Amino acid sequence: MKPKTVAAVGAAETTEMGRIPNMSVIQLHADAALNAMADCGLKPSDIDGVATAGISPTELAYYLGITPTYADGTSVGGCSFMLHVRHAAAAINEGLAKTILITHGESGRSRVGAGGGFRGGGGTSSLPGQFEAPYGPVGPPSMFTIPVLRYLKARNYTVEDLANVAVIQREWAALNPRASMKDPISIADVLNARMIAYPFTLLMCCLVTDGGGAIILTSAERAKDFPQKPVYILGTGESVETPMVSQMEDFTSSKAFRVSGKKAFEEAGIRHGDVDHLMIYDAFAHLPLYGLEDLGFCKPGEAAGFINDRNTAIGGKLPLNTNGGGLSYMHSGMYGMYAMQESIRQLRGIAPAQVPGARISISHGVGGMFGASGTIIWSNEAP
Amino acid sequence: MDRVLPEPTPETQHFWDGCKEGELRLQRCVECSKSYFPPRPFCPKCGSRKVEVYKASGKAKLWSYVINHRPRPDLGTEPHSIAVVMLDEGPQMMTNIVDCPQTPEALVLDMPVEVIFQDFGKITLPFFKPAGA
Repeated sequence: MKPKTVAAVGAAETTEMGRIPNMSVIQLHADAALNAMADCGLKPSDIDGVATAGISPTELAYYLGITPTYADGTSVGGCSFMLHVRHAAAAINEGLAKTILITHGESGRSRVGAGGGFRGGGGTSSLPGQFEAPYGPVGPPSMFTIPVLRYLKARNYTVEDLANVAVIQREWAALNPRASMKDPISIADVLNARMIAYPFTLLMCCLVTDGGGAIILTSAERAKDFPQKPVYILGTGESVETPMVSQMEDFTSSKAFRVSGKKAFEEAGIRHGDVDHLMIYDAFAHLPLYGLEDLGFCKPGEAAGFINDRNTAIGGKLPLNTNGGGLSYMHSGMYGMYAMQESIRQLRGIAPAQVPGARISISHGVGGMFGASGTIIWSNEAP
Repeated sequence: MDRVLPEPTPETQHFWDGCKEGELRLQRCVECSKSYFPPRPFCPKCGSRKVEVYKASGKAKLWSYVINHRPRPDLGTEPHSIAVVMLDEGPQMMTNIVDCPQTPEALVLDMPVEVIFQDFGKITLPFFKPAGA
């Protein structure tokens, strides 16, 4: 933390205090936030960073209409907001965001809308609980997939294009002894697999497996004193859009992906042609297609052809999801860790399906159902 | 098994009251005239607290969907649609498409649909059916 570089310019509490039976938890956050913005003459569109505890920063940003490049959901109890201030000060110094909103709201006495809930099926008084859960979604397979028919129609893609994503990732998995699924599959195998949520068959959905991962970071200066080959961070990005897939602004493109990817590329100062290896979190077969387009590797409408032409396959110019991905390697629930582990292995030169001479790798993750995104650009050459 | 139902909050009560009365109620900003959903007492586009509730047309088009082959126990045993419709007023809304076969042949993107209300006791849910069906 650089001292004396960051200041509070707006601060306010909720309009009422004490007993507020006419506001739910999320509205208490919003009421305080709108008052704080009025206090300093800002609007939601002026805010580019959010931090909160109790509800997710995704819910907060969506509810207020904020498109952030910084989102902190650190939740360690009552002092979470001091940690938010500290993290926000560091983030402002680092250029991750310019103007960060930190909110709190609890209906401790009246218990209005206190169910919370980040996904449909969470609290029945949360927004997803009220406006998505009643219609029968059963977790990601029947929610994350909802935008896809619109996407296929808009892009003139087919279900075969979707299936081929799974086929090519299985080819990568075959090279990985630790992959859960290694047997080759065809497009017909994918299309004929058990239907889960039309148009998605079982083989277009990620695995459900067990595992874990850990990463240790230190300064680039210290990194050379360690036994392993350092993998440096060139650039990073993050954003959140909405906790409700039904409320995605555009069913053919993830706003969180676009904001996160753009920021990471700007920070890294690289071009797409500099990237040797790419990981795109593939909870379902459509994610790599959205990712290639929203990160700018392909123009809208060209991602399926790019994959079908084997550019992301073994020997292709942009090896993608080389561990086999969430579709064939492993998926424990929050797969982003494994995408980064594979980027680091590739840049250390020790991956089972090693990309010869890889120097720059990108790990791009999704959170929720197009709800959030994080992008890390790595290099094995000291910046 | 009883259907899982929403629990209204003070900010959303007008919407669920509207469903009970056979009206689909949206909100719009008095200052920037943006129509929005789900409900909240300020505009998510400009942040203004000057907003109003109005009765929507109930007309929409089928925007996207899945046919869930593993229904939740409270939704029966047959595959059913989980859809998002694009309301004529602009906002998107999750729903089920009812009164038509739950097949890709019957559920055609961009087809016009209209709201239909079904009473589940304390809550009335808005569904959509093919227009004129």
